[in-house]
Amino acid sequence: MTAPTTRLPALARVFRVRAGVELKEFFRQRESVVFTLMFPVILLVVFGAVLDYQIGQGVTFTQYFMAGVIAAGILGASLQNMAIGIATERSDGTLKHLAGTPMPKAAYFVGKIAQVVVVTLVTIVILLVVGVVLYGIDLPSGAQWLTFAWVAVLGSAACTLLGIAVSSLAKNGRSASATVTPFALVLQFISGVFFRFDQIPEWMQTIAAVFPLKWMAQGLRSVFLPDALAVQEPAGSWELGRVALVLLAWVVVGLLLCVRTFRWRDRADG
Amino acid sequence: MSAPLDADAAISVRGLVKTYGGRNAVDGLDLDIRRGEIFALLGPNGAGKTTTVEVLEGYRSRDAGQVAVLGVDPATGGRRWRADIGIVLQSGAGDSQLTCLELLTAQAAYYPDPRDPAEVLELVGLTEKSRARGRSLSGGQRRRLDVALGIVGKPALLFLDEPTTGFDPEARRQFWALIRSLRELGTTMLLTTHYLDEAEELADRVGVITAGRLVEVAVPAELGGRGTAPAVVSWTEDGRRRTEATQTPTALVAELASRFPGEVPDLAVARPTLEDVYLQMIGQTA
Repeated sequence: MTAPTTRLPALARVFRVRAGVELKEFFRQRESVVFTLMFPVILLVVFGAVLDYQIGQGVTFTQYFMAGVIAAGILGASLQNMAIGIATERSDGTLKHLAGTPMPKAAYFVGKIAQVVVVTLVTIVILLVVGVVLYGIDLPSGAQWLTFAWVAVLGSAACTLLGIAVSSLAKNGRSASATVTPFALVLQFISGVFFRFDQIPEWMQTIAAVFPLKWMAQGLRSVFLPDALAVQEPAGSWELGRVALVLLAWVVVGLLLCVRTFRWRDRADG
Repeated sequence: MSAPLDADAAISVRGLVKTYGGRNAVDGLDLDIRRGEIFALLGPNGAGKTTTVEVLEGYRSRDAGQVAVLGVDPATGGRRWRADIGIVLQSGAGDSQLTCLELLTAQAAYYPDPRDPAEVLELVGLTEKSRARGRSLSGGQRRRLDVALGIVGKPALLFLDEPTTGFDPEARRQFWALIRSLRELGTTMLLTTHYLDEAEELADRVGVITAGRLVEVAVPAELGGRGTAPAVVSWTEDGRRRTEATQTPTALVAELASRFPGEVPDLAVARPTLEDVYLQMIGQTA
């Protein structure tokens, strides 16, 4: 028997260990690095070269696309990454194994959050560097960085929670990928990532407005575009208050869904 | 309900019931496993083996009965309790990009008083693979890694669910040696297996579970009246194979020895194997 004097390891230490595990799991897997990290970068390189036109006020479409591709990058690092990663870990027994150890359950989620934060930051930095070096993107200045920060934090929090919730719907990682990837792609098309949002049919705009991506892209456009271009938005302004509200609402909904649906074992396992 | 829970036992179960869709998958099961012993739970698929073990491991709730695992009800066992048990799941511990040593080091960090990860790798014979990634291992190596993950926390009680499924005979023998060395370290083990030779080789006692109940518990040599079952003596005489079941095989062999001038042709004395009695108990014939 263990002597009663031996204490369980401190939470902070287990949290650190889980963060390390999650970062290694992500960065050592070529598929996840290429798929999640490099995909938005490739999009930026290709679209920046192909869609080389002015959208008014002397601003290039690439400057507009910068906001969208960062939003898409955040979506990939959080929603897609969590949905596929956790579904895989649930079906291959990783989660059940962890649930059988004295690891505090919170540590698993802390590790996942650490993974999302690091992958998101790396994605954003690479996108900004490529944007500046290849296409002379104007970086945000002053208070725009603050807007950038809260949109990124709220957006990735909402999408992380949604991704964790969605993972419970999938049978395994592959089926999660088969559902979430097309969904994310369609969402990108109708949320103003690849095209100007005001040029998308109104009914598509309405659908897009339900989901967080549209609001993330819109919030980031206020960061990358001059205020004079806000008139191109369907609402005629950046609507930053509404961006914050919708993303916050998704954080709450995502959290509730997670709490209600999260399972440590595979459904096929009873 | 029969006797009260045995507080000193590693595992004590009284009247365990688990119902799925109106059917009792476990139907009033009683069980006591002593500290330090290796107990093998045998039974056909669907008999309630895995359900029982998963209730004991705290993975499943129960519908009735009392359960104490290391003196704690698994339904309410917290991290403290989990720190004293080790679990090797049938499904294994999942795929990983981490190396064996990294996986064990991370796992050790969840426990208050873990074993040294490198020593555990040595114990399971994976030292050469310590820098290999979890997902690159062969089936048998992966199973040994699963066991390593199960014991790195220095558990007082280890659950092993079909640990050697898919092993070749040599890997199985190596695995058995590993289990014996764990026994010497004082670990109590509950083993489920489909391999009767494995149960006979490792277990101090075996329990047979059919239709959700434990029908018998005995040392392997005595299960199903095996210890007192008649021996079967067979030999060849006048070109014909002869067999005779007897309680006194020595006398019969002596009689045969005097009847034949030299060696008794094709003489064999057999007792029912564990497999024979097991198959009889679960209502099948070999």
